[in-house]
Amino acid sequence: MAAIPVAKYMTEGEVGLSLALLVGAFVCALASTYAVDAPFSFHMGLFALAGVAGIAAILKRYEARAYEPPPQEIDGKPNYNLGPVKFAVVAAMIWGIAGFTVGCIIAFQLWAPSLNFGLEYTTFGRLRPLHTSAVIFAFGGNVLIGTSLYVVQRTCRARLAGDLAPWFVVLGYNLFIVVAGTGYLLGVTQSKEYAEPEWYADLWLTIVWVAYLLVFLATLWKRKEPHIFVANWFYLAFIVTIAMLHIVNNLAMPVTFLGSKSYPMFAGVQDALIQWWYGHNAVGFFLTAGFLAIMYYFVPKRAERPIYSYRLSIIHFWALIFMYIWAGPHHLHYTALPDWAQTLGMTFSIMLWMPSWGGMINGLMTLSGAWDKLRTDPVLRFMVVSLAFYGMATFEGPMMAIKAVNSLSHYTDWTIGHVHSGALGWVAYISFGALYCLVPWLWNRREVYSLRLVEWHFWISTLGIVLYISSMWVAGIMQGLMWRAYNALGFLEYSFVETVEAMQPYYLVRALGGVLFLTGGLIMAYNLAMTIAGRTAADDAPLPANEGRPGTPVLAAAE
Amino acid sequence: MATAQPGLWKRHEIFEKNSIILLIGALVVVAIGGLVEITPLFYLKSTVEKVEGVRPYTPLELAGRNIYIREGCYLCHSQMIRPMRDEIERYGHFSLAAESMYDHPFQWGSKRTGPDLARVGGKYSDQWHREHLKDPRAVVPASIMPAYAFLDRPLDADAIADDLTANRALGVPYTEEMVALARSDLKAQLDPDGPGAADLQRRYPGANVRDFGGDKAKAAEIDALIAYLQVLGTMVDFKIYEDKKNLR
Repeated sequence: MAAIPVAKYMTEGEVGLSLALLVGAFVCALASTYAVDAPFSFHMGLFALAGVAGIAAILKRYEARAYEPPPQEIDGKPNYNLGPVKFAVVAAMIWGIAGFTVGCIIAFQLWAPSLNFGLEYTTFGRLRPLHTSAVIFAFGGNVLIGTSLYVVQRTCRARLAGDLAPWFVVLGYNLFIVVAGTGYLLGVTQSKEYAEPEWYADLWLTIVWVAYLLVFLATLWKRKEPHIFVANWFYLAFIVTIAMLHIVNNLAMPVTFLGSKSYPMFAGVQDALIQWWYGHNAVGFFLTAGFLAIMYYFVPKRAERPIYSYRLSIIHFWALIFMYIWAGPHHLHYTALPDWAQTLGMTFSIMLWMPSWGGMINGLMTLSGAWDKLRTDPVLRFMVVSLAFYGMATFEGPMMAIKAVNSLSHYTDWTIGHVHSGALGWVAYISFGALYCLVPWLWNRREVYSLRLVEWHFWISTLGIVLYISSMWVAGIMQGLMWRAYNALGFLEYSFVETVEAMQPYYLVRALGGVLFLTGGLIMAYNLAMTIAGRTAADDAPLPANEGRPGTPVLAAAE
Repeated sequence: MATAQPGLWKRHEIFEKNSIILLIGALVVVAIGGLVEITPLFYLKSTVEKVEGVRPYTPLELAGRNIYIREGCYLCHSQMIRPMRDEIERYGHFSLAAESMYDHPFQWGSKRTGPDLARVGGKYSDQWHREHLKDPRAVVPASIMPAYAFLDRPLDADAIADDLTANRALGVPYTEEMVALARSDLKAQLDPDGPGAADLQRRYPGANVRDFGGDKAKAAEIDALIAYLQVLGTMVDFKIYEDKKNLR
């Protein structure tokens, strides 16, 4: 450094974060040494290593970087910070494959229980939270963080706020994922669905999430546009509501600060409603509001049409976020939760149908005058079909929230089917559409490596979804009907295990549907990896209008 | 969004042009539903009532419950019987709020890949549970439950008193005596002829004191889990419970 004439200084941020990481790593190393249980020791060790790695990364970055901080603008154009976005996009791809794979494994376990292998780490009970967290928080979360950090820059025409903060957010979030996921395998869980991670992982996520909120807000403050773009309303509502839900639902008393186990603050009926207030709004804000934000940016961009209705977006935004919060009690119909709360939850769930369809209509009608693109652009087709699934799932949901319907559907695989029509059809498809748009934009490619592979991905995964949800409809309704069936003498017709036996063929079909969906995901990963590598499939011209679907020879040529 | 909007729509600009007002607006709007629905549950009679018989878990039951949670049993087994004819005939009296009032966290579940367990206590013998957990298909050929043979290992519950303390801090009525004697109570529950058996039953009325089919000298994880399963739904005596009293 001495040879350099102008002095190069570390910024306050670099010094401050390094010191914070140093202190954190030291504390975690101590905690790891004195831990009372092995998983906690492992996780604290992991945190300590991550802290040291963070300091090393900051120092390496300091050596490589220019003297001055990166300019806010270059030639009058914003100098967008795309590194953290790229990281989140790649992480989403990898976690997506992992999450779909674990989903397939547990689906086959229900068909053939020997696939639990008799090992504690591979039982259904430990892998199921791994699946749900991997797809919702690892895949979905990285898509949300990646797209939000991209969209907020583009729509504000400003570079992302913060120098290290965006990196802290994406790396810290993925560290949380690793801690949560390995914890499930080791049996660390507080057993609250979709909020399984224990107190220390929850605390870490809270820190990361606050940093995320600040980066997002501070970028909004830098905007060159007078108005905040509609997608950012949804992102902001998603970030702030998830913070509220996460903190309240995870209030807990650790048995010791040197161990993984804690006892949640609330018990029984109060805990149940707080959990499903959280749980349903993880759906409402993580899996809906956040992905509607993606819809509001990526569908108009890809279709090259303005959003259909500005007023509809205002009405459905406020109505959606207001009503979603009330819907939690529909997970607790006919339980020990008071009737009035159940009825209130049902009523708001039904009303929620309208703002949900408001979003769908606003997205679909954006294609006015551009519907022909569906024939030629499989990426846009992913997004439009996702809106169709969104509309279907948000009709099915209110219907299942009706107490009479719920009395049949609750506890059955119908719920699993419903969740997957939303998760695979809506969340994953809008994510796939966004990723297929985003990867070429981020890495300066004209288009993805191969649109034909996108076609293959689309049709294979659509077939997978159809198999999945139709088998679960049949299985779930049959299960519900068998449980309540009486014979002529007035006795229950079926023992419980007979209803388990009856599920077998449907569990197999569902698992095969999952394999098709995973296959599509692998095709996507290959396609996006090739795009990042800068390759283009040889003759990947847009499909001729008379060719409905690609044939195998064409694909062979494409590869 | 920059197009000029007439009339009332223009008022919305305040949210679109000010991120803090938008943030506060969103936070207020999303807070309302939860406040209205959740707050009353902390004082309404039907949700905070005490029912005779419901007591905190014994140290052994609590350790078993933690294994139930650790293994994710709640993902396939509910513990919430709904007041419908078929459920009551299949599983027993519908579940009362009071029956899970000391459950941090609740274990009502959301899916019945396997049957409801809210009242599984006393339905099967300890030996049945033991064989079923080790190899479910040995006793139920069509079962798809994973085998839990690994639960044979010793129970690590030396610090069980800390668990009681944490629960006590959250409002579960464990007495100081219960906390102080937690470790010996855990062992005492496995030994009906031992010196601590009578005292344990005084502290935890109705507790099952027996070896649960295992070795009373060495508590295994499976013993604790069976102790927990065998107490589920048995605390309230429905012969003396008055349904009408709690009509809401």
